[in-house]
Amino acid sequence: MTEVNMTPLNVQEKALADSGIQLDVTRAIGGADSPPATDSPAGSAVIENAKIEVKRLDFHYGKFHALHDISMRIPERQVTAFIGPSGCGKSTLLRTFNRIYDLYPGQRATGEILLDGRNILDRREDINTLRAKVGMVFQKPTPFPMSIYDNIAFGVRLYERLPRRDMDERVEWALKKAALWDEVKDILRRSGKALSGGQQQRLCIARAIAVKPEVVLLDEPASALDPISTLKIEELISELKDSYTIAIVTHNMQQAARVSDYTAFMYLGKLIEFSDTQTLFTNPASTRTEDYITGRFG
Amino acid sequence: MDIYTRRKAINYLNLTFATLTTLFGLFFLTWLLWILFERGFSHVDWNLFVLDTPGPGDEAGGLRNAIVGSLMLTVVGVLIGAPVGILAGTYLAEFGRYALISHAVRFINDVLLSAPSIVIGVFVYEVMVIPMGNFSGWSGAVALSIIVIPVVVRTTEDMLRLVPDTMREAAAALGAPQWKVVTRVVLKAAISGVMTGILLAIARIAGETAPLLFTALNNQFFTLNMDRPIGNLPVMIFNFAMGPYDNWHDLAWAGSLLITLTVLALNILTRIFLRPKK
Amino acid sequence: MNTTAETLDNPPESSGHASRAIGDRLFSGVSWLAAATVLMVLGAIIVMLYIGARPAFEKFGFWHFLTSAEWNPVTEVFGGLSPLVGTLVSSAIAIIIGLPVSFGIAVFITEMAPPWFKRPVGTAIELLAAIPSIIYGMWGLFVFAPFFADNIQPALTDTLGALPLVGELFQGPPLGISVFTAGIILAIMIIPFISSVMRDVFETVPAELRESAFGVGCTTWEVVWNVVLPLTKVGVVGGIMLGLGRALGETMAVTFVIGNSHALHAALFEPGNSIASTIANEFTEADGEVYTAALVALGLILFLITFVVLALAKLMLIRMARGEGRAS
Repeated sequence: MTEVNMTPLNVQEKALADSGIQLDVTRAIGGADSPPATDSPAGSAVIENAKIEVKRLDFHYGKFHALHDISMRIPERQVTAFIGPSGCGKSTLLRTFNRIYDLYPGQRATGEILLDGRNILDRREDINTLRAKVGMVFQKPTPFPMSIYDNIAFGVRLYERLPRRDMDERVEWALKKAALWDEVKDILRRSGKALSGGQQQRLCIARAIAVKPEVVLLDEPASALDPISTLKIEELISELKDSYTIAIVTHNMQQAARVSDYTAFMYLGKLIEFSDTQTLFTNPASTRTEDYITGRFG
Repeated sequence: MDIYTRRKAINYLNLTFATLTTLFGLFFLTWLLWILFERGFSHVDWNLFVLDTPGPGDEAGGLRNAIVGSLMLTVVGVLIGAPVGILAGTYLAEFGRYALISHAVRFINDVLLSAPSIVIGVFVYEVMVIPMGNFSGWSGAVALSIIVIPVVVRTTEDMLRLVPDTMREAAAALGAPQWKVVTRVVLKAAISGVMTGILLAIARIAGETAPLLFTALNNQFFTLNMDRPIGNLPVMIFNFAMGPYDNWHDLAWAGSLLITLTVLALNILTRIFLRPKK
Repeated sequence: MNTTAETLDNPPESSGHASRAIGDRLFSGVSWLAAATVLMVLGAIIVMLYIGARPAFEKFGFWHFLTSAEWNPVTEVFGGLSPLVGTLVSSAIAIIIGLPVSFGIAVFITEMAPPWFKRPVGTAIELLAAIPSIIYGMWGLFVFAPFFADNIQPALTDTLGALPLVGELFQGPPLGISVFTAGIILAIMIIPFISSVMRDVFETVPAELRESAFGVGCTTWEVVWNVVLPLTKVGVVGGIMLGLGRALGETMAVTFVIGNSHALHAALFEPGNSIASTIANEFTEADGEVYTAALVALGLILFLITFVVLALAKLMLIRMARGEGRAS
């Protein structure tokens, strides 16, 4: 493996080192020779403190079977990245964690997704409270048609009745967390659409964390942004993981390597491999993972 | 003549025809507007707005009662029709986007959009004028509201559809229930488009005559009473244009100019509203 | 299937959930009701018109009412043939004149006009549709009809009127008040509708197709005629039907210039009437149950005809949109 495409791997390792992410010491057991399994993924992530546990999840868009029998555990207060070629189902999987797919008829998930042990796919589960616990940031910035302040306060007002001063504090807190405060503190009454793309995306992150979720889902949060904004978002992710469980979908392998503690590789709706990030990028258990990260397909 | 010359000649001929037809259309627009100004403009004066319509043989007269009546009918018609239209459009775009009934409503709505307005007049005559026992401003306003509804339904749905689904997802992802997603975020994002629909509806009913002929009827005298027949510009224009007196004709032209300018202004306003930004 | 249903199915677990579920239920319920209103209006129109028209249908019979041209308020004998024919003939004239003009305008705007010119021309043509029909009526009565009678009608009578067979169509008194005048004014009124539909569907033709046709050396006209039109013909027909539906139901413009005569003539320059103009003129003065019922019956017939025409138009435009989805 190392003969082929030495350079990108080196770059990745360097990126890993540069990002200064503390890697978990859960080590790989499987080697390059282990067969690509479909029922359970290759790789070795041994996760004890799972925030989300996915059990035998299948997903359909109408007749299209988009996710096949996914089982995995997503660790609390860590960053888990999902990578894979487009159409592999990584975004679909992410969208089951807050049941946002529920907005569309004909999309359905079967199996179990346990959030702190509660099955969120249960029809009796209140999806609105679920979504307040599981925040989401989308590929394209989606500022609401209202002021910067109200963008943040919108979500908070849904679940909390705060006095004016507390709300001000919450808005400031969220904007500071999202590293946006200094840029917008004097223009809080201006429309959220007036911000640049990168600022809008950080506004959306601030909006998501203002409601104090436990999990934050990031669906390719930087793919529509310039490199500098991307860097800011990545730094932000590293900081946020102290308080939140983060799941990020990205088509950018370097980004996954830089920001995540664990990485899941998906292909054709299946979870191929799930390992700690360093293992997955340096010593993948599945040949398909290896082919993908070395750029032989995808 | 070789084939190439022949093809070029045909092309030239047909494109000339296309240009001429465009000029033909523009010519009629100019002609109409020119006549309106020529015959109406000199009669638009202060008296037009402070005097009521003259009876047969009366010299002095204006359009005060008709203008006020038209404003009332239009405002009430929009107040009845627009909320129904906005709610229905919201249902089609949001709550019932995929529902079976929505397909039927969209289809029927588009048909009603072009349905003959005289028939709506007959309908309201049957359901309101006969039971109430007399012509009235209310029945005129209801007739106009039936014309407002399809216009507003259509534009509201179209405008809400322009709001990207990611906006809905983002609001829902914060835990907002759907009605809050719709009212606080989606409708707010589409507000200028929805207002445009209302402006278009006003433009549409401002000159509507046929549905008022046997609902609001007409009234030569000033009144604010919607329970009785009420004066209005379109029916006044119809009656005066068909009448034998020159000053009636002058007032009809002046009224036509007022209506046309209003309608054209509204149309151009909506275009400015809807022009994509940047 | 959708979120609303999901939420409704969920038993509220706490008061907070309950209020949210109620909010959704209330809002979607009220908006559903508003949407259903559209259907109810249609249903109510048909039912009420039928109830109002029944005395006439009962007295004369539906088919007899349609095929009799006798319209006599004194003896209370009514047949709708003359207004029906007038409606159809004036609309047919409108389409015959309006179709080529609309097509020309659509071709000019989509294929010929420089980009900066498309918008103003398109807007100007569409403003023709915004002008209220009563204005067309006044202009028609006081300006166009005299102009037509003086300048165009004699020329048409001299040329087309001298032809065998069709010559008879182009006869009549030199008043300018006629079914033909009504047809011309209707044509002007429906041109913006037809041409804007044509423009829209022409613009759906993928640029690559257009370009490859130009690439093999087609002239602009050949591209329009051999590539654009065949691809969009369903939509074009839909646009024509839309214009036809508009023309059939148009009231005020027609009422001013058609002459309001119940006599049936083959000659197009003779005064006639249409369903809409008959109702507009006679409804308020109709005394007696049967007279009113006969007018309502005409209204019902008009509504059903336009409904069918407009529904076909809509179906064709839907088919056009679907086909376009398939192609891309």
